[in-house]
Formats: sequence, structure tokens, C-alpha cells
Amino acid sequence: MVKPLQYISQGLFYALFMGVIGYFSTLPAYTHLQPDETLIKLSFRHAGQHVGACRERTPEEMAKLPAYQRKGGTTVCPRGRADVVVELEMDGKRLYHEVLRPTGLAHSSNANIYRRIPVKAGNHTIKARLKDHPGGDFNYVSEETVNLAPGRVMVIDFKAATGGFIFKNKNLSATMQHK
Amino acid sequence: MTTPDLPEPFPRKALLRLEGILNKTFGNDLNPFYYLGALGFCFFWVLVASGAYLYGFYRTGIELSYPSVEYITSEQWYLGGIMRSLHRYAADALIVVMALHLLREFILGRYRGARWFSWITGVPLIWLIYASGINGYWMPWDKLAQYSTVATMEWFDWLPIFGGPLSQSFISREVLNDRFFSLISFSHATIPLFVLFFLWIHILRISYPVVNPRRGLVLGTLLAMLVLALVKPALSQGPADMGIEPRNIGIDWFYLFVYPLLDVWSAGQVWALVTGISLLLGVLPWLPSRLRQIPVAEVNLKYCSGCRFCVADCPYEAVVMKPRSDGMHFAEEAVVVPDRCVSCGICIGSCPSSTPFRSEANYVSGIEMPSLPISGLRAAMTDDLAKLEGDARVMVFGCDNAANIEELRSRGVAVMSLPCTAMLPPSFIEYALRERQVDGVFITGCRESDCYHRMGGLWTEQRLAAEREPRLRGRAEREQIRLFWASSTDFRELELELESFRATLRSRAGSKNALS
Repeated sequence: MVKPLQYISQGLFYALFMGVIGYFSTLPAYTHLQPDETLIKLSFRHAGQHVGACRERTPEEMAKLPAYQRKGGTTVCPRGRADVVVELEMDGKRLYHEVLRPTGLAHSSNANIYRRIPVKAGNHTIKARLKDHPGGDFNYVSEETVNLAPGRVMVIDFKAATGGFIFKNKNLSATMQHK
Repeated sequence: MTTPDLPEPFPRKALLRLEGILNKTFGNDLNPFYYLGALGFCFFWVLVASGAYLYGFYRTGIELSYPSVEYITSEQWYLGGIMRSLHRYAADALIVVMALHLLREFILGRYRGARWFSWITGVPLIWLIYASGINGYWMPWDKLAQYSTVATMEWFDWLPIFGGPLSQSFISREVLNDRFFSLISFSHATIPLFVLFFLWIHILRISYPVVNPRRGLVLGTLLAMLVLALVKPALSQGPADMGIEPRNIGIDWFYLFVYPLLDVWSAGQVWALVTGISLLLGVLPWLPSRLRQIPVAEVNLKYCSGCRFCVADCPYEAVVMKPRSDGMHFAEEAVVVPDRCVSCGICIGSCPSSTPFRSEANYVSGIEMPSLPISGLRAAMTDDLAKLEGDARVMVFGCDNAANIEELRSRGVAVMSLPCTAMLPPSFIEYALRERQVDGVFITGCRESDCYHRMGGLWTEQRLAAEREPRLRGRAEREQIRLFWASSTDFRELELELESFRATLRSRAGSKNALS
């Protein structure tokens, strides 16, 4: 190949190489969330209640224990904790339902949840329910009417100490009820 | 490795044709496809240099990272901005050359046998380079960083190895910790150290590794990258906001292609895909193949003088020197490491005792291929030469991995294909030419700078030019010898070159007759 043609071809090759790199380094743009969608993120850690009732040790039982174990007192509780059941409803329809197993070998630690739930933007009534005991009824219920702007991330957290569910990053006019 | 006479697979044909075009464009010595690994090293050093500069201005913290990168990009666009762009594009170019390098070695079958080591040590390199690159995308803490970080945590949460979901640490601005930025800053500096370590391991078992591309290629590539940095500077995509999900994002498809997949497949499926690909790459060298390896080289101590020529010429560090074990007066002896030997025969071509000018019919060389003994090659060549007829008789030596020279055989042309052209001791050329057994010797093999066994073409050229031992001695007339490198797709050119050589031999013979 003659030299000038060779140099032009080399230039074209370099242009192609860098063109591919330059283009695919940002393009085509990826639509991660549709323009009319928004996100609900359900995220919390919560330890369910113990699966059985605590009881008092008898004096005979206490006597059998090594001395250092007696210091813990006479009350003994089962280690295992109840599954945590969480449910979300949006505008009266079930959006999400999960039974969370407590972590740990003896299932004695927190139950964890992180879920990303895309929904249509707009006004919605969200009802969150949680049950953390072996019985049948949900002992934490919150309901809020929220206005979710497109692309906004609303976080639903749960803290038993502060009364239950917490709806964060929302634009809401709501009535809240806690059992 | 040798290939039985089977049709050439389409990917190999296509690759060789593409490389043929690049050879015409760049010349063999600057063909980028012959320097893909070395270009990877080059881009790595660009990343180190530009990264070191950027580190000087980078600040770690939720409120500090984004403004510090913006400062580098905008206020200091003439240097910091260009450095950032070079950093980004060198990282992308590294992925491109790494992928092409892997694909090329696979298509050409250069991953089996003793080459398994280089192949398998390349697999963790892929993971490390991706880890470092993705980690780098988190540092500017823009919308892309937010998207990539959260998506990564969601993906990793599938693995049952964490106490709780990692994603919970990125749920809102309040829970995000400044220490995260210290962590990613630290890991972005340390993962490349592991990359460098594995790069060293990757080339550990090859002699004369090419880790620097030719200067022309480096200059051309860097210049083109600089132009790209000026035309399309790397920019951030607005500050991260954990309360707003990035919706339409300009993602780097070279590094972040896995994230859109996570929107379609479950995290478990994507893990299955990437681990499946890694495992497949890991076992590939041991999967059944049509390629077969002939028995490895063996040393015959009686004829080994410990000259070290075979050690110097072996492209895979498969021959080492050890203290003499047979009581002969030489200090050392050559020892073949069977696990590293690819049976290319280059060591046989380098051994001075491989000369055909020996009296015994079944003589042995200091180092031999058991299935291709040197005395057998001499006998086969002598038989072939005796059958030649007519004028311009030529002995053609070729390579099993290049153009099929068997099709060149004719009344006036004898052929001998070897596992590698450099298996041919130069004394065989003198032997063929002595007493006018043939009028010329034609040597061919893989394309220039692309020897299947890495160094065979170069060693042959140097031996014939008397620049490397064993040298072609001066009494062999150079006009009677021709070298022409040709791949399997260059057969037509090879035929024409042979015809041209024979025409030269005829005219040479005519001139000699006229003079006499």
C-alpha cells in the first residue's frame, strides 16, 4: 500500500477505535425507570418477638446450674424469634407480601428486608402491615396517602420503638393509625 | 499443538483476513492485533499515571467528592479535565483490548496445553479490572455513581454472605457514611496493585513477553485518545441524590453492561451468568479439541554440551539448566519441564548437534522430539530431494500452523512441514544446497510478528542473518534462500512468491551457464 493511503487508513482505524470507545462510554443512554414511574423502597431490620413465653426457673433447676449461670437471674426465655410478616397494599391492592426469617443459626436475630418496588407515579394510598409474633393478627399497621412524584424514592422504614412504620421522602396528606 | 488436516474454522479465517488488512494498513510490526496484550499494559500505565494526578485533587466525603471531581473537570479542564478523560477512555480501551486479546487467543487456539497457565491467570484479571473500573465509577458520586453503587449493592445482596442487606446503607442521605468514600478511594488504589501482580503472574511462564507495544502504535493510540478527550471530555452526570432515582443514565457499556441485565433478570440469574462464564473460561483449556499435542521434547545427555542455546530460544521457559548429572566435564545440562513444553521443536532447531552433517544413519541430537527425530527428518528430506526433477528445484520448509505447504509439492518442489519453522536447524539449509541437491531453499511460516509459537519467525530470521546461534554459515549463498511469511489465508501469495523465487533461480542458472 502506498504511504499516504496507508497513513489515511491508519487514521481511519484510530478514529474508528476511539469512536467506538467514545460512543459506548456514555451512549446509548439507559432508561432505568420509566418517566411515569417512581420507587418505593421497603427497608428495615427488626427482631420479632420470642417464639415462646418466658418462665421462671424452679429452685431445683437453679441449683443444677453452674454458679456463673445463676447470675443471669431466674427468668429463662426461648432463643428463637418469630418470623416477621410484612405486607404492603397500594390503593387497596396487595403490592408486596413477605415472610422474613430471623437471621442467625438459632433464628434469634434480626429479620432484614430491602426491596425495590417500582410503581406508577401519582397519588396513592399505601397501607403497610407487619406482624412480629406467632399469632395471627398484624400488630403494626400504617396507612398514608402519598403523592409520589416521578423518579422519587419513597422509603418505608420500620422502627418498633417509634411506633412502627415510617414513610420517608414523601409528599403526603395522610391519616395515620397505629394499633 | 498440531492441527490435523481439517477445514479451517470460519472465525480463524475471518480473523486472519482482518489481520491481513491491518498488516497492509500498519505493516506487520505495527499491527495492533499483534500487540493486544501489550496495549493492555500500555493502557494500564496510562491509568496509573492519570489516576495518580487525579488522586491529588480528589476529596473523600459525601459533600466533598462530587465538587472535587467537578473542580478537576471544569476549573482545571486543560490538565485535570484531560487527565480525567484519558483515565476514562484508557479504562474503556483496556476492556476493548482485553476482550480482543482473549477472543484472538481463543480463536487461534493459543490457550491449550502448556499455555493453560497464561490463560487461566487471565480470568482473575478480568474480575479485578472490572472491580477496579466499576469502583472508579463510584468516585465522582454523581447520578451514574449512585445508580451503579445501589445496583451493585442490590446485586451483592443476593449472596448469602452478609449479615444484612448492604443496600440498607444507601437507602438515604442520612444513613450514607463518609467512610464509604474513604473505602472506595482506598480500594481504587489497591485493586490495581492486585491487577499488576496478576499481570506479572500472567506472563510468568513465557519468555520474552511483549509488554510494550511499538512506539508508533503507542503514539498513534495516545494521540487518538487525546483527540477524543478534547472532543468528548468525560463529564459527571449531576450530583447524586438518594431521594431521587436516576432514570435516564448515560452508562459506560464497557464496564456497566451488567446493570441493565439486573433489571431484566434476577440477581441470582446474573450471578449464574458471570460465574458460569468465568468457570467456562477456566475449564476451556481442558475441553476436548481437534488439536493434538505431540510428545514433548527430550534431552539426550550424551549429546548435550550445556550450550544454553535451547534455553535462550524456548518461548515458554520449558527448558532450564541444571548441574550436570552424568559426570561429563560440562558444568550444566539442559532439562525439559514437560508441563511447560508445547512441542514446538524450536529447541531442536537451536541445538548445534541437530546438524545433518553427521555420519550415522540414526544419529540423535542433544534435544529431540520423540515423534519427529532429527535423523528421520534428514532421511525424509534426502528421499524427497532425490525425487526432484527439472530446473529450479526447491526445498520448501514450512510450519504446521501457517499456510499448508503440501499443496506446493510438484516435480521440482519438495516440501517439509514442521511444528514451527524455527525447528529447522540452519545446517539443514546448507545440507540441502550442498552438491547442488537443490537450486534453492524456500522457508515459510506464520505471518511476520505473529508466530504461533511466539518467537519462531524471529529466531529463524536471526539465524539466517547470522545474528543468532546456530547461524547459517557463510558458504550457503543467500540468493538461493528465500524467506516468505504466510498464514493459511495467504496461500495464493505464497504460490506467487515461490514461483517468483523459482524464476529467479532459473535466470541465475542461465547467467551462470552463459558465464561458463
